Formats: sequence, C-alpha cells, structure tokens
Amino acid sequence: MIEITDQPIDVQNIIATASKKEAGAVNTFIGTVRNSTSGNKVTRLEYEAYEPMAISEIQKIMDQASEQWKLTCYGVSHRVGVLMPGEIAVVVAVSTPHRKDSFAACQFIIDTLKQTVPIWKREFFENGDEWVSAHP
Amino acid sequence: MKTFGISRDILGGREVELEMNGNSVGDLRKTLSSQFPKLDKLNSLFIAVNQEYAADDKTILVSDEIALIPPVSGG
Repeated sequence: MIEITDQPIDVQNIIATASKKEAGAVNTFIGTVRNSTSGNKVTRLEYEAYEPMAISEIQKIMDQASEQWKLTCYGVSHRVGVLMPGEIAVVVAVSTPHRKDSFAACQFIIDTLKQTVPIWKREFFENGDEWVSAHP
Repeated sequence: MKTFGISRDILGGREVELEMNGNSVGDLRKTLSSQFPKLDKLNSLFIAVNQEYAADDKTILVSDEIALIPPVSGG
C-alpha cells in the first residue's frame, strides 16, 4: 500500500498492511518533524507533492526493493500539508521472511525516497522560511 | 506546465504557460533559463513529462503534462 495523505498518518494501520504470516520481521521507519535546523527553531513545516508522480516513483522504489530483498508486503505513507514539530511526516513499513533483509530494505526505501520522489518541504522559522535543499 | 516547491515561487503560479523555441526538454530548459535566471541558482532542476523524469533530448508534445521538479526534500 502506498499513499500520500493530508491527514495524520495511522502508524498501526501502515504496520498492519505490512504484516503477514509468511513474514518473520516487520521493520518500520517513522520520520518526524524536528524542532530545529542548524540551530534555528522550526515553527512548522509545509509539505507538498506532485501526487501522481510521487506515487509512481515510490512504486518504482518498492518494486526494486521487493525484487532485491523479497519483501513479503509493505506500506508507505507520506504526509502533505502543514506539520508541527513532533508530527509524523513519513512511515515506511516492510516485512520480509528474515530480519536482516527488513533493515536493509527499509533503509534503502527511505534513502531513495528522499532522493527521487517529487515531494517538497518548506521550513518555517521564527524569522523566515526556506525550501529545504533548494540552494547550495 | 505545473510548478512545485521553489519553482512555483520563481515562476509565480501553479500552472504557467510559456512560448518556447524548439520542441525538446533541452529547448524548454534554455527558455526557462533565459526567462527565469533564478532557476539556474538551484541545486538541480529536473523536468517531468507525463509524470516521468525526462532527458534533454525528449520531444515535448502540446498534449504532454510538463512539470518542473526542483530539488526534492521529502521524508
């Protein structure tokens, strides 16, 4: 299951979609909003996505991971809209027959998601805002 | 074309129409660069055609869905 949502992510539900009796491990990564960047206090974040392309790019990552680590099943959810520090921005849950593969797959998925999926994050500080990673 | 993130701020709208010389993704890059030099200062700028990352030699049709993809920062 892959989703982009403007509602709070239901972590238990994502884990449930990644759980199956054939699996011996379910590995879950939860990305949350940090309250500071380079010493500046973050007041809120705004995420936006090019939704259909974001879904298809995540699907490509999951297809590759499924092949490489023989995923039993998975759930990926990314939030869009306004998020406050502490809130959950992304959840990746994967299951595999054996534990080591679940760690490797989960790490690959979140690392690749951050590089290729068209989702953007704008950080708001007390004295300004910035699109993350836009400039050198 | 659709714009996202900082490219929307630079072009000034979510949907922007442009007259361009030529018909490839590379030609669109040149047009964007000359009209919106701020785009050149970004870490990267990809162009998506019909929701797929496109190389500069890709031909653009009028019916294609074009989107500007500035540096992504999900997660």
